[in-house]
Amino acid sequence: MSTQQPLPHLEAVRQDVPGTPTPGSTAATVRRIRRRRAVRAGVVVGVLAAVVLVAFTATLVVGERWYSIPDVVAVVTGHEVPGASFTVGRLRLPRAVLGAVTGFCFGLAGVAIQTMLRNPLASPDVIGISSGASAAAAFAIITLGLGGAAVSAFAIVAALGVALVVYLLAYRDGVAGTRLILIGIGVAAMLESVTAYVLSRAAQWDLQEATRWLTGSLNGADWEAVLPTVVALAVLGPVLLGQGRALAGLRLGDDAASAQGIRVERTRVLVIVAAVGLVAFATAASGPIAFVAFLSGPIAARLVGAGTSPLVPAGFIGAALVLLADLVGQNALGVRYPVGVVTGVLGSPYLVWLIIRTNRRGTSL
Amino acid sequence: MTTAHDLRTTGLTLGYDDRTVIDDLSLELPTGRITAIVGANACGKSTLLRSMSRLLRPAGGQVLLDGRAVHETPARELARTLGLLPQSPIVPEGISVADLVGRGRHPHQRAFQRWSRADDDAVGTALDVTGTAELADRNVDELSGGQRQRVWIAMALAQETDVLLLDEPTTFLDVAHQVEVLDLLRDLNLRNGTTIVMVLHDLNLAARYADHLVALADGTVCAAGTPAAVLTEETVRRVFGLESVITTDPVSGSPLMVPIGRHHAGGAGGRSASE
Repeated sequence: MSTQQPLPHLEAVRQDVPGTPTPGSTAATVRRIRRRRAVRAGVVVGVLAAVVLVAFTATLVVGERWYSIPDVVAVVTGHEVPGASFTVGRLRLPRAVLGAVTGFCFGLAGVAIQTMLRNPLASPDVIGISSGASAAAAFAIITLGLGGAAVSAFAIVAALGVALVVYLLAYRDGVAGTRLILIGIGVAAMLESVTAYVLSRAAQWDLQEATRWLTGSLNGADWEAVLPTVVALAVLGPVLLGQGRALAGLRLGDDAASAQGIRVERTRVLVIVAAVGLVAFATAASGPIAFVAFLSGPIAARLVGAGTSPLVPAGFIGAALVLLADLVGQNALGVRYPVGVVTGVLGSPYLVWLIIRTNRRGTSL
Repeated sequence: MTTAHDLRTTGLTLGYDDRTVIDDLSLELPTGRITAIVGANACGKSTLLRSMSRLLRPAGGQVLLDGRAVHETPARELARTLGLLPQSPIVPEGISVADLVGRGRHPHQRAFQRWSRADDDAVGTALDVTGTAELADRNVDELSGGQRQRVWIAMALAQETDVLLLDEPTTFLDVAHQVEVLDLLRDLNLRNGTTIVMVLHDLNLAARYADHLVALADGTVCAAGTPAAVLTEETVRRVFGLESVITTDPVSGSPLMVPIGRHHAGGAGGRSASE
């Protein structure tokens, strides 16, 4: 252990060395910068939470028939309101909860993987993880006739399997982000054709099921679908948030992160398992709602700035995106579109823009 | 003021896959001093430094810090004693200088723990001593190469380690900024007694700034000791395969290596003889 003695050639503190600090004033500046950043993060999270709450309430109020907010509140707090109890309590409430929770899962998991791989293109819905979960869930429900936890199990095994396959295929003296993304896009295309095949071979299938597994939809949301996703978020969400500082450290590169005492491999494994788990549970319930995982992180990073962890803001953005897109898809377009069609329309131009921009310079995640 | 630490390698063997880069290397790094590791390209300098900071597991032998193998020391605990500035860390886009330097506080913080006053003080001091305090609010993206390197060093300093390893801290810098960075490292060593181990490319700057010089060749130590003892024509020949003349640095009195090269093989006298 260290010998607790000053070094012999340093018996006197050298005060004549240039740059010897006058303590205090710079620390005060640092504190001011950090507080300003914390306030900004707090405001962003507060506003985003309010947006989610408004969108959530609107999902309960708005529809073919509008219910007043007092009626909605009465139903949510367990009172019997004729008419509203069925429409709001049985149809709209599970739908709103499912939208908020899967959106949060997609946003959180997406930004975690984007940050870990230091590339905004590396989101689970671009590199095939969502497609794998979706293909497996469609197979379990439509071909095997399973339901509930069994479907989630299928989705998780498939999503982890896809993550592993993409990682191994991309591995050559370490994993380069670009190679992993291109391989992931290829794997995603393959898995989407598997989903289409499963749908086409089904004895009975309807458009609802098809849109759910191809683009994601909140139609047919019920408590049986909502519950596993809520549990997954409650268990895996804190695991990811606990890795927030380590993830921030990884952005400096593996060597710099290790030098700060971050266990790089352990962080990677925890993030992959937790994020893939979140994506799998959410996908098993709502399908792979297009581009939510992909869009949330970059929006969050832009709102809070580079010094703040984007994990929680990205979760709220995911929830807000799904709820707002579903409101638009259900009410604003004349025809009812599943939520994934709306998020897909939002996400694809951003994807194209990002690919063009990435070729020119580095990116914010 | 730091405490003394004993950093050494014993029979260290390092490699990637089947290729051995460092072979059975035993080395002592003097505490409270500046050590420069020099050697030809791809001779294993960076590999050695990475292994000393636990980034690369040895194929054989050990790196010992105060008698304990660094690869068996918990990462966070090691990072409070020994810091490393890698050769090319990545700048997250849009991050401010204060935030980047604050990342160095990681080994002193727990998950979910709030930022403390000690963290602010450490970051403030690191900014002060590297002369980057007035850049605190700027984006790292906007800085010049020399400023950026000082910011990275500030990040390593905010970690408050007694031992600091630096992998080519002067690469990509012009000569004025190279001298500036090395002066800064000497300041730290004098003020705090920080043990500094750095890989350097420039033999003459290494000889000028280091107390202890280690020349690597063929995966092992070719010569180690004071610059005057190590920087000889014989060492330069064995390490770099280069003929040279060693003279004295008129400013610092340290040895100064002047390469000969094919076009001046006979020196000034040789040319006149051929006329």
